Amino acid sequence: MTDTRHQVVVTGIGLVTALGVGRQAHRDQLMSGTAPARVTDSERFAPYTVYPLPEIDWSAQIPRRGDQRQMENWQRLGVYAAGLALDDAGFKEDLEACASMDMIVAAGGGERDIAVDTLIIEESRKRNDREQLLIEKLTTELRPTLFLAQLSNLLAGNISIVHKVTGSSRTLMGEEGAGISAIETAYARIAAGQSTHCLVGGAFISERLDMMMLLEAVHGLNKDPQAPFWNSDGTANGMNLGTSGTFLVLESLEHAKARGAHIYARLDAVLGDRGSRDNGRMEQRLSRLADDTGASAGGADTVVFSGATGFPDLSAREKAFLQTRFPATPLRTIGALFGHSLEAQFPTGLALACLTLDDDTPISPFAAGEDTVASTAANTAIVTSIGHARGEGIARLTRMS
Amino acid sequence: MSKAAYKDHLGRPLVAVTGMGVVSSLGQGIKDNWAALTAGKSGIHPITRFPSEGLSTRICGTVDFIDIPVPNTVERSFAFARETTIEALAQAGISGDFGGPLFLAAPPIEPEWSARFELGDRVRPEQMHGNAYEQFLAVLREKADPAFHEAVMFGSISERLADQFGTRGLPVTLSTACASGATAIQQGVEAIRQGRTERALSVATDGSVSAEALIRFSLLSALSTNNDPPEKASRPFTKDRDGFVIAEGAATLVLESLEAAVARGAKVLGIISGCGEKADDFHRTRSSPGGGPAIATIRAALDDAGISADEIGYINAHGTSTPENDKMEYLSLSTVFGDRMPDVPVSSNKSMIGHTLTAAGAVEAVFSLLTIATGVLPPTINYDNPDPAIPLDVVPNVKRDAVVSSVLSNSFGFGGQNACLVMSAEPA
Repeated sequence: MTDTRHQVVVTGIGLVTALGVGRQAHRDQLMSGTAPARVTDSERFAPYTVYPLPEIDWSAQIPRRGDQRQMENWQRLGVYAAGLALDDAGFKEDLEACASMDMIVAAGGGERDIAVDTLIIEESRKRNDREQLLIEKLTTELRPTLFLAQLSNLLAGNISIVHKVTGSSRTLMGEEGAGISAIETAYARIAAGQSTHCLVGGAFISERLDMMMLLEAVHGLNKDPQAPFWNSDGTANGMNLGTSGTFLVLESLEHAKARGAHIYARLDAVLGDRGSRDNGRMEQRLSRLADDTGASAGGADTVVFSGATGFPDLSAREKAFLQTRFPATPLRTIGALFGHSLEAQFPTGLALACLTLDDDTPISPFAAGEDTVASTAANTAIVTSIGHARGEGIARLTRMS
Repeated sequence: MSKAAYKDHLGRPLVAVTGMGVVSSLGQGIKDNWAALTAGKSGIHPITRFPSEGLSTRICGTVDFIDIPVPNTVERSFAFARETTIEALAQAGISGDFGGPLFLAAPPIEPEWSARFELGDRVRPEQMHGNAYEQFLAVLREKADPAFHEAVMFGSISERLADQFGTRGLPVTLSTACASGATAIQQGVEAIRQGRTERALSVATDGSVSAEALIRFSLLSALSTNNDPPEKASRPFTKDRDGFVIAEGAATLVLESLEAAVARGAKVLGIISGCGEKADDFHRTRSSPGGGPAIATIRAALDDAGISADEIGYINAHGTSTPENDKMEYLSLSTVFGDRMPDVPVSSNKSMIGHTLTAAGAVEAVFSLLTIATGVLPPTINYDNPDPAIPLDVVPNVKRDAVVSSVLSNSFGFGGQNACLVMSAEPA
């Protein structure tokens, strides 16, 4: 209802990227004043560069080996990050709160069995009855559990099983737009009083050939390990996939205050849109999204976290828009330090914004020599995500402490 | 009507349905589907989309009568959704841009095997090293394939619907497995209750039946193997039920605040009066043995609607025809409905159309609303050998006339997904 608006705050952060595991590992590196060293792997998938999964002990958040075995890394990472967020918010052992907690997951699909797919492709070169071959091989080679590891909604399903979050469970799909919609939906429900606390986020594994295939079908991936994210002319050098498991606990301010929760930041507004990108229409939409989210030109105490994909022209347009709209504001390009994580990209940006707004020191540059040094701790953060094929979103967050 | 007449028991805007469209294996459009469904006709047939020799299940409820430019899940799911949306908007009397948000339940997308074979054929002998995906990448590096990219994006279907029908904002594409269709409606209802829109388009579509999809469900022992005759395979609530029949379909519902619908003189087809959901933490494919989450979901939907179980006149069951679902669904329903259970008719549309997966919750919501509008309960067909452990009035084999003012529709899915809807007649 419009007459009972609730403020929406972030009270839990679960973050795993190539940079490390957990909120503190990120804070240590992002608030030091100097740009953290990028953690990339340019050899395993050459000519592509990925920001890989860090060393991680799954058992810390997924204690049962049986549960771990039912998943592949995409679901494991999401379940792990969700556990971190619940821990961080103080909900982990609170069965009652988890049983009434809503959940929205931005999901793609899980890992395929590359060995089986390879076997079928190789056999298909020797046979003409490919449909028959397919049935023969799939019926004998597929592992039943792998289907569940591939199913989009089973990341949420596994979070319910492992962490007992069962108030509701919704999985949103659609690449970068899924991440935008997940946050937008959670925000709208809490603001309207339809939900009091919600676990929202997503996961992406960069070390997946099946995902690289999708992006390389439009020549989206960067193939030069030395290339910086941005060129001096404002264009970008292509996408590097980045692993990210990001979950946030969003709550109404009243709910958070009543239980004495630590509040990282307030989520003031989040909106998404889509449509033709020709003839400046994308910029018009971005302007409207910025207007409608109240993302007005800030000063040095605002920071913009851009989810730019790295697609050369698309990212150039985003950068030009941001420089016009926020000329005096430090820009941090998520892709330049973490890579691009599709569904998880927008949630990752929100998590970084929350860490920044919770700290008394300025956010470090993400790319040394490229990023403006922030002179002061941020009071406002703007997060963008412009999908590689479609969908745009902007969120605005404010310091609470 | 007074302003109060447009609000529900919690002071929220009542949400009306003003347009509906449906496609299933029974045919295209409300009229044909309802005629077949109430006649007790089955849409289940032998698989013709791919060779099924050697498979334990050789039957399905695919939709093969709608033209698509390329045989893949995105094209098929989009085409179904486009057709049902055209029908729903025409019924609602809405032309031009829709101007409200789109909530789309769509199947998870993966490349078709035909596309993988095609990529495989483009691999030159000197590129044939490493695994299949390394080879595909070598081919794609040489020549991009935007059509392939578009055919494997999860956001492709809603993109086209948004363009064609002029919906507003970023469309939500969602999956809650077999509850997806109900969730798409729930999200539309929520958006209207939030006051951020006066209308929403809830669409659910599934055109994802392929050899691999079928084999995956077979490996989980979820599918019926009663292949002969196909139309007798789906037999919910019987003693010899042995699994669901995989099927396709789509449905669209135009949702509007009742106030806005009345103001523009639209015909109100019914009210979505309550939505409930509750996740299950028991197992990836099995429900909690006590039925707790399903019971909680049904109760949540009734509470949301502000009515008691006594006011439900008919239940549109999830009724998949799997041994487990039907048992659990009975347990849950009988817990909520108690002594009144034998007096409440419960039927399963899936006995005729099979399990339309992602689309099921919305397809069955359309049929639930038609039940209210026409006063006819569609039957549960193939009810020849009742399961004595499930003593329900399943409207066996033949439709029945009944005046119904409120219907409960259940959707329960893999991954602990549960969603229930309560639909009601327009308030007098």
